[in-house]
Amino acid sequence: MAVDIYKYLREDKLPHIWCPGCGHGTILNSLVRAIDDTEMDPDKTVVVSGIGCSGRAPGYLKFDTLHTTHGRAIAFATGIKLANPELNVIVLTGDGDGSAIGGNHLIHGCRRNIDLTVILFNNQIYGMTGGQYSPMTPTGAVATTSPYGNIDQDFDLVDLTRSAGATFVARGATYNPRQMTKLYKEGLEHKGFSFIETLDQCPINYGRKNKIGGPTEMLDWQKEHTVPASKWDKMSEEEKEGTFPLGVIYRKDNPELEYTARYQQIIDSFAKEDE
Amino acid sequence: MSKKEAVLLQGDSAVVEGGMAAGAEFFAGYPITPASEIAEGFAKELPKVGGKFIQMEDELAGMACAIGGSLSGKKSITATSGPGFSLKQENLGLGIMIEAPVVVVDVQRVGPSTGLPTSPSQGDVMQAKWGTHGDHPIIALSPSSVKETFDLTVKAFNFAEKYRQPVILLLDEIVGHMREKVILPDADEIEVFDRKRPPEDADRESFNPYEWTDDLVPPMPDYGTGFRYHTTGLFHDKTGFPRGTTEDAKKLMDRMTAKIENNLDEIILYDEDIRDEDNIVILSYGSTARSAISAVNEAREKGLNAGWIKLKTIWPFAEEKVSELAEKADKIIVPELNQGQLIREVERAAKGKAEIVGINRYDGTLIKPEHVLAEIEGVK
Repeated sequence: MAVDIYKYLREDKLPHIWCPGCGHGTILNSLVRAIDDTEMDPDKTVVVSGIGCSGRAPGYLKFDTLHTTHGRAIAFATGIKLANPELNVIVLTGDGDGSAIGGNHLIHGCRRNIDLTVILFNNQIYGMTGGQYSPMTPTGAVATTSPYGNIDQDFDLVDLTRSAGATFVARGATYNPRQMTKLYKEGLEHKGFSFIETLDQCPINYGRKNKIGGPTEMLDWQKEHTVPASKWDKMSEEEKEGTFPLGVIYRKDNPELEYTARYQQIIDSFAKEDE
Repeated sequence: MSKKEAVLLQGDSAVVEGGMAAGAEFFAGYPITPASEIAEGFAKELPKVGGKFIQMEDELAGMACAIGGSLSGKKSITATSGPGFSLKQENLGLGIMIEAPVVVVDVQRVGPSTGLPTSPSQGDVMQAKWGTHGDHPIIALSPSSVKETFDLTVKAFNFAEKYRQPVILLLDEIVGHMREKVILPDADEIEVFDRKRPPEDADRESFNPYEWTDDLVPPMPDYGTGFRYHTTGLFHDKTGFPRGTTEDAKKLMDRMTAKIENNLDEIILYDEDIRDEDNIVILSYGSTARSAISAVNEAREKGLNAGWIKLKTIWPFAEEKVSELAEKADKIIVPELNQGQLIREVERAAKGKAEIVGINRYDGTLIKPEHVLAEIEGVK
């Protein structure tokens, strides 16, 4: 079915700033299709970002949009949501923005289980600043700041967010936009902290330097290194090595455990006293 | 007959009382001595009136979250002390850039670093002005008593809302932890200002969030009211979007500066007692003003010609007023609990027309009236 994605886009701000072959536009496309598939009121929807290539995404979206400081989007979004829980609040962040400088806010957003939908654009590199390694850059990979190969270990953000208390955790990949749209929709509709990591490609600053190739080869790489979550669970540890599960990894549905709902209970207890 | 009763109140608690009187609806912060009592007070009071309190994971998040609350349309506040104030500077800069009304309390303690956590200081005067990077306007108020803390907290909210501007409330540990008997005003005696919002029937399509209005303060819609506007820490034009031109950068900076500079008469608050014959003036602020005024009273009993001025607004600095004082007085004495921060502004305004002398302590001990009196008497 044809979806009019342009009604959610600020067309006068296009074309976007992202490089040819970048996956960010695919994420944006899937996001607006997911929004269209929900009952969300666009007037009651706020999109918040931090700094980096992903940080520019809200500028193209026709909602209340906020481009904040590096890594802090979830903290700003927490204030927006708690102050007015009827708003749908979406955070768009990158792997550097969300897991390095903003890692603490990510952990504590999960822990509170506040009703935000966080989409993390994981292109495994700091793109906007020219290709420095991020916490998601694989060990051994070459970046401008790891010219001899990255000696850091990378994160498993799905494990991290689940352990920290997020109640909807999923992973998508830009080679499979239909699944991304489905995951985003589920995340948007989930009442609680939703985290959707999205494997994304940066052909300019990552693929080229690591001899993976251009965007097509990078998408092929995604396909070859991912398996459906349902299948992944049944795989042996050896088989899992070097692969990533895709799909919904974890969900727990209990709207009463959501942070703003819990706070409302405190407020309501005072209202009752007055009666 | 007024039903008002005197209450024994701590300075930090007066921030809570003043904030609630001013219509505070949202607090986000992080615990820190000597400001934690402010967070504790709001945690207790806000939910009673449908407001929200949240303790964040760190100081940066506290500042960010308070700004988020403001964008959702709530009167917002955060509170900290020096080390936390340092951490808040980045997001404070965003608050200034996007013109978010928010009150930031800094109960100053001795620094640098962890310093003396429970001892008083006025060491953050310059941090309040220049702590975040880049040129920018700022309003900073500094109370010297518990009652004044209440009054200036109300003012801080009103200035924040009126000028779409983060406002710093600079207490020091003495004022924050001191308990005094105060009579708080009734609600109808307190002037409360709410931010200007666009009219409900405003055309959403043609709306520009950073329009150059006559008062230079663009109306601010609450998130979720259909304006669907963009906000960024990048220099932006009236549409809210960055264009990356130097012309836009200058225009925005000039407007943000002018919205404060055009209203100095309202923003710059001070008390003074300077007689025609007074050739020595003590200029002070915060807890130091208490010793200054006490010293002047003693000096006058001794027949000395001394007067005092107590700045309640530190930033923007009362340049014109101090310039006038320097014309008239021979000597201006500036006691401060730091190595001499505001005195530089005094010297700048005085332009050599009066002798400017500092009295400085930066070891966590207060300046006593006899220190100031000795300077008035010229005893070294």
